[in-house]
Amino acid sequence: MARHVLLVEDEANIVEAIRFILLRDGWSVSTHSNGATALDTIRSVKPDVIVLDVMLPNKSGFDILQDLRADPAIGNTPVLMLTARGQKKDRDTAMAFGANHFMTKPFSNSDVIDVITRLCDDPT
Amino acid sequence: MISLDLLIGLSVLYVIFLFVVAFLAERAAQRGRGAWLRSPLIYTLSLSIYCTAWTFYGAVGFAARSGLEFLTIYLGPTGVMIGWWLVLRKLVQIGRAERITSIADLISSRFGKSTLLGGIVTALAVIGTTPYIALQLQSVTLSLEVFNENASANGPASIAFWVAVGLAVFTIIFGTRNLDVNERHSGVVMAIAVEAIVKLVALLAVGAFVVWGVAGGVGNVLNSIDASPIARWEVSNARWLGLTFLSAAAFLCLPRMFQVLVVENSDERHLAVAGWAFPLYLLAMSLFVVPIAVIGLELMPAGSNPDLFVLTIPLAFGQEGLAMFAFLGGFSSATSMVIVAAIALSTMVSNHLVTPIWIRATESGASVSGDIRSVVLLSRRVSIAVVLGLGYLYYWLSGGGTALAAIGLISFTGMAQVLPAMLGGLFWRNATGIGAAFGLLVGFTVWLYSLFLPSFGPDVMLSSDVIENGPWGIGWLRPQALFGVTGLDPVIHAVFWSIALNAFVFVVGSLLTSPTPMERLQMMQYVGVTDLGRQARGRVESGADSEDLLIMAQRILGPEEAQFLFRSAAAGQGLTGYLPEPTAEFLEQLERSLAGSVGSATANAMLTQMLGQSNVSVEDLLAVADETAQIMEYSSQLELQSAELTKTAQQLKDANDKLMQLSHQKDAFLSQISHELRTPMTSIRAFSEILQTAGLSAHDQTRYASIILEESQRLTRLLDDLLDLSVLENGQVQLDLSHVQLGDILNRAVDAADPEGQLKIKRRKSAEDKHLMTDAGRLAQVFINLISNARKYCDGDPKELTIRTRNQGDFVVIDFVDNGTGISRADQSVIFEKFARVSDQQKAGSAGLGLAICKEVMANLGGTVAYLPGQGGAAFRVAVPKEYQATGG
Repeated sequence: MARHVLLVEDEANIVEAIRFILLRDGWSVSTHSNGATALDTIRSVKPDVIVLDVMLPNKSGFDILQDLRADPAIGNTPVLMLTARGQKKDRDTAMAFGANHFMTKPFSNSDVIDVITRLCDDPT
Repeated sequence: MISLDLLIGLSVLYVIFLFVVAFLAERAAQRGRGAWLRSPLIYTLSLSIYCTAWTFYGAVGFAARSGLEFLTIYLGPTGVMIGWWLVLRKLVQIGRAERITSIADLISSRFGKSTLLGGIVTALAVIGTTPYIALQLQSVTLSLEVFNENASANGPASIAFWVAVGLAVFTIIFGTRNLDVNERHSGVVMAIAVEAIVKLVALLAVGAFVVWGVAGGVGNVLNSIDASPIARWEVSNARWLGLTFLSAAAFLCLPRMFQVLVVENSDERHLAVAGWAFPLYLLAMSLFVVPIAVIGLELMPAGSNPDLFVLTIPLAFGQEGLAMFAFLGGFSSATSMVIVAAIALSTMVSNHLVTPIWIRATESGASVSGDIRSVVLLSRRVSIAVVLGLGYLYYWLSGGGTALAAIGLISFTGMAQVLPAMLGGLFWRNATGIGAAFGLLVGFTVWLYSLFLPSFGPDVMLSSDVIENGPWGIGWLRPQALFGVTGLDPVIHAVFWSIALNAFVFVVGSLLTSPTPMERLQMMQYVGVTDLGRQARGRVESGADSEDLLIMAQRILGPEEAQFLFRSAAAGQGLTGYLPEPTAEFLEQLERSLAGSVGSATANAMLTQMLGQSNVSVEDLLAVADETAQIMEYSSQLELQSAELTKTAQQLKDANDKLMQLSHQKDAFLSQISHELRTPMTSIRAFSEILQTAGLSAHDQTRYASIILEESQRLTRLLDDLLDLSVLENGQVQLDLSHVQLGDILNRAVDAADPEGQLKIKRRKSAEDKHLMTDAGRLAQVFINLISNARKYCDGDPKELTIRTRNQGDFVVIDFVDNGTGISRADQSVIFEKFARVSDQQKAGSAGLGLAICKEVMANLGGTVAYLPGQGGAAFRVAVPKEYQATGG
């Protein structure tokens, strides 16, 4: 059974690009674009890895991450944070809230695949 | 023929009568029944000691020799009395406040209680008064000789001697009975008042006899006067001016005058009465002088002494009773002068010569112990004897040869030397004791050299060679032609040089030296005292002068507050100006105000001192006040600085906050820019990498390439918008103004914003036929933004946009209303901010700068763009001026 990645991202083109490379690499992918309902989707999909944008409509990726970590049922899910805001304090915030990895946009496709693979195999 | 014994007996009886008067008056005063003794009338009569035997007899002689010039002797005192509020009132006020006992005491006290000055003035007074006393003795002797050629059988000197002894006894008995703190002598003053009446009535009686009894009426007298050389106006202005000044100065400075004017004054209000009554007395005394002189010269044998016409005319016409009465008048004039002069001089001698020496002697290890009171009394009694002894000695030495008037003027000039120091002391703050001492010594020396010593005649004191050629032949040092000034009357010459040099040295000396602290303290008491008697109050209630209080209050409270306080207090008392009466109520109020500044203890101490109730130095307190004021000034400056610092700090804090805010805004903006730039770049990079890999379908390749293109355009638009916004915000926009139709601009905008017709746009073209003068391109940019937003974000189905236009004053209003759900109230306030995005419906291509740019464009065009709530869907209203105006109006 293919490992499952949930992509929480509101930019349609970016969603399409990441989805393409993950599918090509043999992952199963589901996507979600609204911050407010992202946690519900996570609880129902129970992905192996979450790729989480920060600047989401209605609820920021940081808030979603915080709530995720507080929920025992899904709290251990590895999270890769992707953001177009490349400042250091965003990285610090992400790591403090419990992100497993932090990447700034634009990114290299192969790096994304590598990181997701690593997080899935060994979340620590 | 009146026998000498009769006259002497009469004199003795008269003196006994005076004894009784003085005794009764003194007893009445001691029993507190002497209110009438302190009436202004008695005060005025006591001033009559100015009119001595010199005036009684001598004025006639003076008139006979020099014509109307004798009037100068009356004019000076008349001026002083009429102008009593100028100098006399202040003298009396100070005399009371400072318990002044003599003119020497006044000068000494004013200049820091200087022993030296007291001694100088005393010496001056003794030397200056001695000839005057001799003059009185001479007049008594001469008048006795008139009655009896043999009167001088025992030598005139013996008569003079016994007169001197008698007067000494009388003066000792009534002048040194007690040591009153005020040095007032009710008995003596009463006796003098009686004598004043006796001499006035005597002179008037002789005058009346001469006019009506001898000359045969007023008309005849006037004719005689017209025919007489006396009536001829042969006076030099210098002499008139000089003599009037001299008599005025002497009136103030003569020890005996100071005694009755100031020391014996019991009530300041008496001055107001004496101010007119004493000139009247002088007028009465001078009324018959010219008639007596004229008739005397006309009728009396040639060579008769005109000084004695008052006696010789009645005698020549067999009026022995009248002559005896006249003799008593002359005797009164002489004795009253001698008595008061002796009292005044003895007070000065004992206080300023004997006591200081005695105190010094006992201090320097001597074992003398005893009551200083007895020493003072003894020294006074001895002084009286010595003063009269000196008078007698002068009389004996001068041989009675000089005309009476000349002696009087010599004495006047001597005592007038005190005038500069006295006036300077009263009115000049910078006067110093050293200046006064040198001035007095110079004036005194000039007087001695130019007037006193030559007055004995050539070769008595000064050799005739010195008088004519100057000492050692130095011409400009000739005693009666100093500095080569010749042709002046000797008296005027001496008055001019002595007073001028005295005053000059006094002023220069005062300017070159600075007052000692004690002198400054006394200066405050003297120069500061003014106008307490404005309402002619009997007593100086508080001893405090409102002006002094104001000066002090200004130092402590500051001028504005102090003046306000004083002015309102004065207004409360119904007065105008800054000086309220120092009533208890006002003083209490003042103390409270001062206490607010310097503390209640200091305020109380200051006021207590100002009220003359303690011994703290006023100078010290004023220094404290100055210091306090400086400290307060300093502290208020500090407060001011502190307030300024606080203000500056607040401004800095505000500026810093603003900078912080700007910095945050900049961070947020950069963060936004970063996000907006990175997002399309992410897609571009990701799909570029995908395109590099093999095995893509042609469809996918085309699709991904178009995504890359689309995102590239999005990037370009974003950069264009950023630059545009920057230009708009900086106001660097070059507007391209032209006359256009609104409809044309809307057509252009619709074509550009919705080329594919995704929106159903409702317009009323007829309403759009509006003429505008504006930048059509910029206005179209706003419209394109708004129409694009509707196309992108409107969630109506189908999407509809209604464009309504209408005029509103100088503006054209264009509303853009779509049929979507609109923008939430919370978001309405932020949509015009940069990068504001309000919903999850945003589409690629929006950078969130559109409305911010619209807002800036409309501001540049002089119009507005605003969200229009309550229209169903999203609604924006644009207001654009019909005619663009550069000022933005």
